Amino acid sequence: MNKHFEPSELVGTPVAQVGISRPHESAHLHVSGRAYYTDDIPESEGTLHVALGLSPIPHGRLKSIDIEALRAIPGVVAVLTAADIPGVNDCGPVVHDDPIFAKDTVQYVGQPVFAVVATNRLIARRAAAKASKVLDIEPLEAVLDPREAVSRQSFILPPMHLTRGNPAEAMATAEHRLKGTLSLGGQEQFYLEGQIAYATPADDGGVKIQCSTQHPSEMQLMASHALGVPANRVHVECRRMGGGFGGKESQSGLHVCVVAMAAAKLNRPVKLRLDRDDDFMITGRRHGFEYDYEVGFDATGLIIAADLTMISNCGFSTDLSGPVMTRAICHFDNAYWLPNVAIRGYTAKTNTQSNTAFRGFGGPQGAFAIEAILDRVAGALNLDPVTVRHTNFYGRRQNNVTPYGQVIVDNVIHELTGELLRTSGYWARREAIERFNASSPVLKKGINIGPCKFGISFNLTHLNQAGALVHVYTDGSIIVNHGGTEMGQGLNTKVAQVVAEELGVRFERVRSTATDTQKIANTSATAASTGADLNGKAAQDAARQIRRRLEAFASQIYGGEPEDVVLSGGRVQVNGTNLSFEELVAKAYVSRIQLWSDGFYATPEIHWDRETMSGNPFYYYAYGAAISEVMIDTLTGEWRLVRADVLHDAGRSLNPALDVGQVEGGFVQSMGWVTSEELVWHPKNGKLLTHAPSTYKIPTANDVPAEFTTRLFKNENVKDSIFKSKAVGEPPMLLGFSVWLAVRDAVRAAGGPGSDPVLDAPCTPEAILMAVQSVKKPAAVA
Amino acid sequence: MQARAPIRFYHDGRIVEIADAEPTATVLDWLRETARKKGTKEGCAEGDCGACTVLVAEMAPVSAGGLPTPDDTNAVRIGRLSVRPMNACIKFLPTLDGCALLTVEDLRQATEGDDDDALHPVQQAMVECHGSQCGFCTPGFVMTLTATYEKHCEAGTHPTRAELSDDLAGNLCRCTGYRPILEAGQLMFDLPRKRIDTGRIERALLQIGEASARYEGSQARYWAPRTLAEFAELREAEPKARLLAGATDIGLWVNKQMRDIGDVLYIGAVDELKVIERSNGYLRIGAATPLEDAFKALVAHWPTLSEVHTRFASPPVRHAGTIGGNVANGSPIGDGPPTLMALGAELILRKNKEQRRIPLDRFYLDYMKNEMREGEFLERIDVPLPAAGQEVRVYKVSKRYDSDISALCAGLMIERSADGAITQARFAFGGMAATVKRASEAEAVVVGSDWSEAVLQEAKAALVSAFTPMTDLRASSNYRTLVVANLLERFWLETRSGTLPALAPDQTSIYATMRQ
Repeated sequence: MNKHFEPSELVGTPVAQVGISRPHESAHLHVSGRAYYTDDIPESEGTLHVALGLSPIPHGRLKSIDIEALRAIPGVVAVLTAADIPGVNDCGPVVHDDPIFAKDTVQYVGQPVFAVVATNRLIARRAAAKASKVLDIEPLEAVLDPREAVSRQSFILPPMHLTRGNPAEAMATAEHRLKGTLSLGGQEQFYLEGQIAYATPADDGGVKIQCSTQHPSEMQLMASHALGVPANRVHVECRRMGGGFGGKESQSGLHVCVVAMAAAKLNRPVKLRLDRDDDFMITGRRHGFEYDYEVGFDATGLIIAADLTMISNCGFSTDLSGPVMTRAICHFDNAYWLPNVAIRGYTAKTNTQSNTAFRGFGGPQGAFAIEAILDRVAGALNLDPVTVRHTNFYGRRQNNVTPYGQVIVDNVIHELTGELLRTSGYWARREAIERFNASSPVLKKGINIGPCKFGISFNLTHLNQAGALVHVYTDGSIIVNHGGTEMGQGLNTKVAQVVAEELGVRFERVRSTATDTQKIANTSATAASTGADLNGKAAQDAARQIRRRLEAFASQIYGGEPEDVVLSGGRVQVNGTNLSFEELVAKAYVSRIQLWSDGFYATPEIHWDRETMSGNPFYYYAYGAAISEVMIDTLTGEWRLVRADVLHDAGRSLNPALDVGQVEGGFVQSMGWVTSEELVWHPKNGKLLTHAPSTYKIPTANDVPAEFTTRLFKNENVKDSIFKSKAVGEPPMLLGFSVWLAVRDAVRAAGGPGSDPVLDAPCTPEAILMAVQSVKKPAAVA
Repeated sequence: MQARAPIRFYHDGRIVEIADAEPTATVLDWLRETARKKGTKEGCAEGDCGACTVLVAEMAPVSAGGLPTPDDTNAVRIGRLSVRPMNACIKFLPTLDGCALLTVEDLRQATEGDDDDALHPVQQAMVECHGSQCGFCTPGFVMTLTATYEKHCEAGTHPTRAELSDDLAGNLCRCTGYRPILEAGQLMFDLPRKRIDTGRIERALLQIGEASARYEGSQARYWAPRTLAEFAELREAEPKARLLAGATDIGLWVNKQMRDIGDVLYIGAVDELKVIERSNGYLRIGAATPLEDAFKALVAHWPTLSEVHTRFASPPVRHAGTIGGNVANGSPIGDGPPTLMALGAELILRKNKEQRRIPLDRFYLDYMKNEMREGEFLERIDVPLPAAGQEVRVYKVSKRYDSDISALCAGLMIERSADGAITQARFAFGGMAATVKRASEAEAVVVGSDWSEAVLQEAKAALVSAFTPMTDLRASSNYRTLVVANLLERFWLETRSGTLPALAPDQTSIYATMRQ
């Protein structure tokens, strides 16, 4: 098997620490089982365990809880309800509509109503499982379907609108028009490590919380509000997560609040580790979207006008549904110039889990709509889907302003897709596929492209800030701490590389430590792909200050100018003298030079006006594209990915291997979302039926084709990002659309010229077979 | 019954004795909470993610001549050990009696003599290929790959990419997209060899010995007889005890439904019930035979069953689960019963010393109800050996190829005489009714026919009217109805005779194209 990246092309000098394909800083711990996740940290004496009692019905008035029945169970230490919360009964990140425990009403099947604290986890779980017996709830009417919610005006937030040009007029004059509806399902994060929090009481009424979270500062605030104590009494720490994907941005909060209040109340260490089924039932996931659209275009497939209504299924509370919809609206354009466009976003309130962040954060849901529309346009005109996309790409110097008013200055989509079409042999394969389909009665192939343009930065401007601490110890070893969290993406590796590069030492000298609210305050979530951009810059700022002091000190004792001092490869060259980094550090310490520093970074240039839905919300864009070839079975709807070629823009990659890992992993996760990962709620009782890996199917190794090539596009950021790299976490979530689009292409082949498949996502075998039925009369058997 | 009190197994370099755990305590909870070995992770607690994969070793069965008999097992053979990957989350601790338990921490034992940070080749390859991101699933992948590594080192072979993917079908990774892990699965063979030291394990297992286990937990009793006679007696004497085989379903009753299953009678220690033999025109498979071994024997006789073998659950579930458990459990969506029913399998039921024989297609009475009487158990499954002119296919349809429960599963068999007329047909389906059942109306249409397209169309119509399937999370009633007919069409396309040539499987089945 070949390696899919060429590090040598991306590396700078021989002693460079960035641009190198270095293994994950914890890889040796991962493979040997030594890496501590929250549940692996040795427990303190007397640790108690919690399980949550969940609502068995989707909507109802909570009349009573038979607490005594639970307390009577041997091993049960306490039963906690909303009445036991000393502070505020809320863990909502933006709007305060997320109760920790349901009080008065329950709003979805799975909503926590009480907590059982017991001497061990099994006792707690067995007691909590009696929820349906101890809860007296008077049922109320439930709304489960997002379109029904819209028809009842059941919204989380006011509708959002974005209009450019004159879409109604342009639509009326367009040569061709297409209308349609489309549905895109939600997606479970399925982090392998479930939600977990462990609280230890402190002597001053505060708590220390070790938990799996992408947002320690938010956890600190939520716990302080629940306890009714100042933030300085709550200490939150996270060394690493077993995956986050957005699911541990706001929704780690409920578990943190529960253990914080239990530990404070009982004065004992308390742990809550959700069983996988409870994790599915309690926490939300990626918002499913429903779309209604109309598009007007000319004979070449050029879009003249687009009109889109998006409905996001938010679940019962606000959580992050507002910014998710904003990002969806800001990504409907994807890589395409839409001169006249109207976008409406409705946030539907339903009696289901509250949906939340998931890698891409609405961006993919916006882009999915335009990709589906362009594919229908291509089909209607009998043009190749690649050609129609090319016709609509943003221009370099004209047609380069997004619907929200940002001028695109870094467009590489033409070069990138051009290269991918060449390296993947797209046009020759298109012909080969046509020949295959002509002679294959049952199995049909399809091929398609999924381009990507993705805006980098939090839409909400003030979140784009970060802090870091770098400590150089007297032996020359270095610790870096920053506000970002490690969830597998390799952030700690990249930040340590930045520090090593900046101080001119080998990577091995730099150690990353747990994210800790007592070290870096007021951090933003590690989200929106910004982890390395923000924290890398902050760490660079800290390291640079130390380096400048060392340079000044070196020139002071050895002569020469500070700017001529070179720190590289663990050596220091100063005015003809060459000494080791640790020698210089030892001398600097004795001379009372500060060997540690904080660092700070705030992304420049960006602004966003929520009222007018306009501004310059993104510092820059990341680009990519994938070409996928699939095969479908017209008898059963079964399918497989035959080959995938991915080309992605990570700027000047800080670590090509990690970035390739993010791109590939994102592609496969994206493919799973639009193919096999189907969420099913019971249509009447509102219970999530796909509640564990036995029923919710993420891709396995056999779903990834042998021919799967991922390359990084040679590019550098036009903006002053960290070493000219680009963020890489979320953009690949658009690339798996190529698989769904290729399935559409294969279904078209089954139906013949002019066929217009009806296909939603995820395209399970059932959805594919029904799409085949939609384009094909039951043919006589060949 | 010859008995001794504690359960004994080999772990972490010593023999562990357990005298006070509940019979349903899991190996995973014991590892993490009692032994404080935190390398093995819990991802789902239902045997579906593989984060808790461990290796369980036993002394390989020895034939009468004293030599190991590897032909009928798919376990990894290392020296005299028989090693299987299993999910620690649904394996009950007492079932480790007489076994050795190997976890990710034990790979250090394999590298004894090296410096502290030296990694096993599987681990080293994972690091070099960037096979871990968040790292939580990684110990499970490492253990599965260790089984693969040992298997191929022993045999002097290298796995193909498809074989690696099949071995890893029970391990979920949400970060990497698998490519780097599959590359590690190749690279590990190119690194300096380090094998598991089996000598110490073998000596410990011999020391533990062979006595039957009896176990008095604080809540319930546990028996694990070693002989068939002992087992049969106990089954009759303790008819209320829960008969436990691989726990791949019962494990979920405990972990997910929080059910108390009471006293436990474990069938997995009876070697006489794991025998596979060819006798009197039958392939006879003992009820306690692991699914993995049973399928190996079935595929050896009916190569077209390789798809259902590979796609049946995952390797750790097939190693733990038994063929008898799959049949007796009687799930309407199980893949074993449609397969065996199409082959005309018969069941040998036993109550103490009395045996009776019943065709599998008369065993299931209604949803989760069967012919088994109090005190009775399934001893053996007899499958008639292949006949001339027989065509067999088992088609499984699910949302995902690997480790998924079928939306529906079709076991299809026809037998033809020399002149091409169909003399016998068995069409058995899972997922279409409250039990796995045959479609006798459709069978009647094809028997005596020339298997022409007209016959197919008539049989399809008969199939469609025979079933009123459910709509559930796996598929709609409408889809199941469409596909059940289309699977018969696929079967026809692959087996038709006459003017139109039969189509090769790679022209009719996506799965077949993946195996080219």
